[in-house]
Amino acid sequence: MNFDPRFSGRKFASVGTRPIRPDGIDKVTGRARYGADFNMAGQLVGRILRSPHAHAKILKIDTSKAEKLAGVKAVITAADLPDLTDGDAAMYDVLDNCMARSKALYDGHAVAAVAAVDASTARQALKLIQVAYELLPHVTDVDEAMKHTAPLINDTIFTEGLEEKPVKPSNVTKRSQFGHGDVHQGFGHADFIVERSFKTEQTHQGYIEPHACVANVSSDGTADLWVCTQGHFVYRQHCAQLLGLEASKLRVTSSEIGGGFGGKTHVWAEPVALALSRKAGRPVKLVMTRDEVFRASGPTSATSIDVKIGARKDGTITAAEATLRYSSGPYAGTWAEIGAMTAFACYKLDNVKTVGYEVLVNRPKTAAYRAPSAPMAAFAVESAVDELAKELGMDPVEFRIKNAAQEGTRSSYGPVYGPIGIGPTLEAAKTHPHMKAPLGKNQGRGMACGFWFNFGGQTCTDLNIGMDGSVSLAVGTVDVGGSRASLSLVAAEELGIAYEQVKAVVADTSSLGYNDMTDGSRGTFSSSMATISAARNAIKILRDRAAQMWDIPVDDVVWENGHAIAKGEKYGNLAALSLKEIAAASGKTGGPIAGHSELVADGAGVSFATHICDIEVDPETGAARVIRYTVIQDAGKAVHPTYVEGQYQGGAAQGIGWALNEEYIYGKDGRLQNAGFLDYRIPVCSDLPMIDTQILEIPNPNHPYGVRGVGETSIVPPLAAIANAMSNAAGVRMTHIPMSPPRVLAAIEAEREGRA
Amino acid sequence: MAGVAVSTTINGDHVEYLCQPDETLLDVLRDRLGLTGAKEGCGTGDCGACSIILDNRLVCSCLVLGAEAEGRIVETVEGMAHGEKLHTLQQKFLEHAALQCGICTPGFLIAAKDLLAKNPDPSEEEIRFGLAGNLCRCTGYDKIVRAVQDAANVMKGA
Amino acid sequence: MRYIRPLSIEDAVGLLAGASGTSAILAGGSDLLVRMKGGFVEPDLIVDIKAIAGLSEIRETADGFSIGAAVPCAVLGENSALKKAWPGVVEAAKLIGSKQVQGRCTITGNLCNASPAADSVPALVAAGAKAVVAGPSGKRTIAVEAVPIGPGKTSLSKGEIIEAILLDSQAPRSGDAYLRFIPRTEMDIAVVSAGVNLTIDEHGVITAARVALGAAAPTVLLVAEAAEALIGRKLDEAALERLAKVCAGACRPIDDKRGTIEFRRKVAGVLARRAATTAYARAGGK
Repeated sequence: MNFDPRFSGRKFASVGTRPIRPDGIDKVTGRARYGADFNMAGQLVGRILRSPHAHAKILKIDTSKAEKLAGVKAVITAADLPDLTDGDAAMYDVLDNCMARSKALYDGHAVAAVAAVDASTARQALKLIQVAYELLPHVTDVDEAMKHTAPLINDTIFTEGLEEKPVKPSNVTKRSQFGHGDVHQGFGHADFIVERSFKTEQTHQGYIEPHACVANVSSDGTADLWVCTQGHFVYRQHCAQLLGLEASKLRVTSSEIGGGFGGKTHVWAEPVALALSRKAGRPVKLVMTRDEVFRASGPTSATSIDVKIGARKDGTITAAEATLRYSSGPYAGTWAEIGAMTAFACYKLDNVKTVGYEVLVNRPKTAAYRAPSAPMAAFAVESAVDELAKELGMDPVEFRIKNAAQEGTRSSYGPVYGPIGIGPTLEAAKTHPHMKAPLGKNQGRGMACGFWFNFGGQTCTDLNIGMDGSVSLAVGTVDVGGSRASLSLVAAEELGIAYEQVKAVVADTSSLGYNDMTDGSRGTFSSSMATISAARNAIKILRDRAAQMWDIPVDDVVWENGHAIAKGEKYGNLAALSLKEIAAASGKTGGPIAGHSELVADGAGVSFATHICDIEVDPETGAARVIRYTVIQDAGKAVHPTYVEGQYQGGAAQGIGWALNEEYIYGKDGRLQNAGFLDYRIPVCSDLPMIDTQILEIPNPNHPYGVRGVGETSIVPPLAAIANAMSNAAGVRMTHIPMSPPRVLAAIEAEREGRA
Repeated sequence: MAGVAVSTTINGDHVEYLCQPDETLLDVLRDRLGLTGAKEGCGTGDCGACSIILDNRLVCSCLVLGAEAEGRIVETVEGMAHGEKLHTLQQKFLEHAALQCGICTPGFLIAAKDLLAKNPDPSEEEIRFGLAGNLCRCTGYDKIVRAVQDAANVMKGA
Repeated sequence: MRYIRPLSIEDAVGLLAGASGTSAILAGGSDLLVRMKGGFVEPDLIVDIKAIAGLSEIRETADGFSIGAAVPCAVLGENSALKKAWPGVVEAAKLIGSKQVQGRCTITGNLCNASPAADSVPALVAAGAKAVVAGPSGKRTIAVEAVPIGPGKTSLSKGEIIEAILLDSQAPRSGDAYLRFIPRTEMDIAVVSAGVNLTIDEHGVITAARVALGAAAPTVLLVAEAAEALIGRKLDEAALERLAKVCAGACRPIDDKRGTIEFRRKVAGVLARRAATTAYARAGGK
């Protein structure tokens, strides 16, 4: 049906208010059901055997002893997940990652799995599986992996994107390049040039809920999967393809999800659980341990980035260039490409060039992590921008304002911007009271900007009106942080009814058409668009039914404030019909009233943020503490402002953790040494201050309400904002993330010695 | 392994169960008693998602054996509300949107309940350190701290 | 696997002495259950000592305090007499893990886990604490520093249980303090730590001192030279400088995921200095 997605500038009644979320009571009473909270009669416990080696040939797997153990109902290896990917290289990588085929490619790579009557039997069975490995040399560092002397992780890979096809295989799977103008010439016009190299360590999304699923495969080729996921439709497709099932015969139900941040966009254990269930002929519950989550589910890339920026004395940037190397785990990825696209997206540049290299390492397969690839690029670029402002003697905010991209700017990655928020967030930062607050001893202030694209994508929504006038909204984008509240507000807004009259649910894959994942900040953006469309379709029917009830032409019926109104003097004495009244009569006017919508939500507006941060550094230990933090971000339109603030605060907190302490630490043996929450240090409550937020609303012209995605951008600026604050607090420019106390103390000592 | 017979009190109810000697109280609550409010985020006492109150003491139920609950008093998130009436903390968590994904929420509620029982008028710093055993990855803690502050104010007045 | 909850220390000793296979003592369980979860230990026998009379109590004796082996660390913080006498020990105990962990963990368990990074141990060593060991051949009392002999290893023999930790009454004009370095503000393991206990005379001159360092060597370090650097002086800048230098020099740390050798050395000195300053003030020094 025709749907006009253009921004209409309407006045809102429901959108922009802050009601309590519909799933709230279940979540504060312990009744909400997450991945591991579901059970089926007769279910078995599944567990996975993982490689302790970073890189090893699998010579033989002997499962005979495990199979004989009483209580073991199925043991599987790669042989039970045959290759059905039919030349789809990306899906083959997913398959190989779920269950190693010929080689174990990282510490934690799955090699076999069991299903048994209880957890202790399953654990015992794993110990009885004998795997013969031939150890191979490994490489876990991104720069090391690029060297010609590095062990090859996959000798069939030749770097793509080079002018000449390489003759030798390499750990670099791809080179990509973006930009315009002539950077060489641009640097020639610069009075000041800053050139720096940066490194960021690998971090994990750190969701508190480990991956969990219950799989039930029947011998007739139908199956059910209960799972915590950001995208049950995508999981359905991937699992169906890997298991050789028909997609529509695999019903996937998304549980409540205990955090994902990109990490639950990828199948890990689900195909294994399905394969175990198929072999055992019983339901199988598979829950990862925390150790497995860290060792074997997707962290983000480790990176190594060079940045060069030049400017004239007046503060105009003349050229900007960056080379970005991102690890993708042992499989090809496009993470450096995304990093290269985002690196200079905040700025208006005549001459810009970014080059990305995707690098294989013996680490878990890289997965998306909130604005994937952007925080590292922003760390490098925004640190260099700060240094350049210092050299120019300009205020860092003023310098950024002078060079900020605006409507009509050709972005560094190609497209020309529409109305955008980078300038306004910077102006807001300039006048924010935080900027003028006094600082104490050993304290420093920093700021930085961030960009994220935001996605749209395939979306399908059903809106059903009950005979009592209540509305159920079935959406297919998983609710990761309050979107059922936001979408209920949107339905209420469009229909002109109260929020309380709407109940939003996340439908399973058999109840609704295909939806892309909740990723790319698309959940509320795209599902609100589909909800508006579905509501408008329902309104058409409501008008039609009212016309029938009045026996007048439908064209004379308009919808206003939740009522059908007969338009025109001749209908003067017809009282408006409420949605409730029309619904009550629906049995006699043509049956149920529903609005359906399926669309590709195009036109996701890009998103910008500026963060300000104060830190205090202990010069004797290198310990840094964030003492004040402000997030300023453009939301387009904040549908439920409280949950928008929540996204801003949560992203900032993750960025702070990344900046200061979080990192994957590998030993020389290629094994992960800190696969737990004790030594993988995500921020605790006492580590953080209140996180102030300021929501700007620069309407997205491609959404009826002006909505932009808000979920991800907030993790982009913190790494650089804290590094810039560190430079002002402790006089050291940190180029290696995380800025853990040993690194900071070493830098402070080196600075002291340098001065002495 | 021979099972251990346990007789205990959970949320005011007398409960009996049989568990394995190496089974944690968290597993007993979740898998044997259907009380899935307490979550396993790590199983090693590092995340607090499985927090319960055991004889008036805040603990991680993943670090308690099921067998140890014999004769003791266990409180879980399922026991916080009275019928339809939510505990003030539960209400304030909803009003302040102190949860996004909500997986850590039961643990935070229990930890906050214990905190306010011992310190009815905590400072922001006391709240932050009092809740430092509970990890939240969604909220940045801001709204959680505000919800607890608000609940403390209401409960003081009650 | 068997789980047994004996009612007397004699029964507990008998069970452990007579056990074949792996046996484990369960008090707070905050180390044992983690090791079981990780599959690092699968005990055939778990002896839960919490039902043994007296083991869950803190007693004030004529000589000082007796802290039962099953007393959770949170309880130490609720005992005002103990807090007043040994604030450093109580602070250390209240730093272990989180509130949840402190509701279970014990200083005896912390000692017997024999981790070089155990928080309460440097404070106990600095305080001159002793451990009462019950075993098949009766009871003996030993200095706490004699218990751990290497990472994860203790000097206790089969069938032996520590039933209590003894702390003397704090001498007049004395104070103790404990500090550790962690990258977060809570929920962490000491990267390096320092416990200081000292006594001063009426002029503020230090007459006795004990300085212990944690996570600086395979076992807790009682640094005699550090005490010597303090004794006979007021806690002036020179004494603090000397203390920091001696402590940094005494460390025999390792590079690991939690910190580097260099970092641990430097910060050991910084922490000793800061802990000494607090202990001195607590003793009434100005």
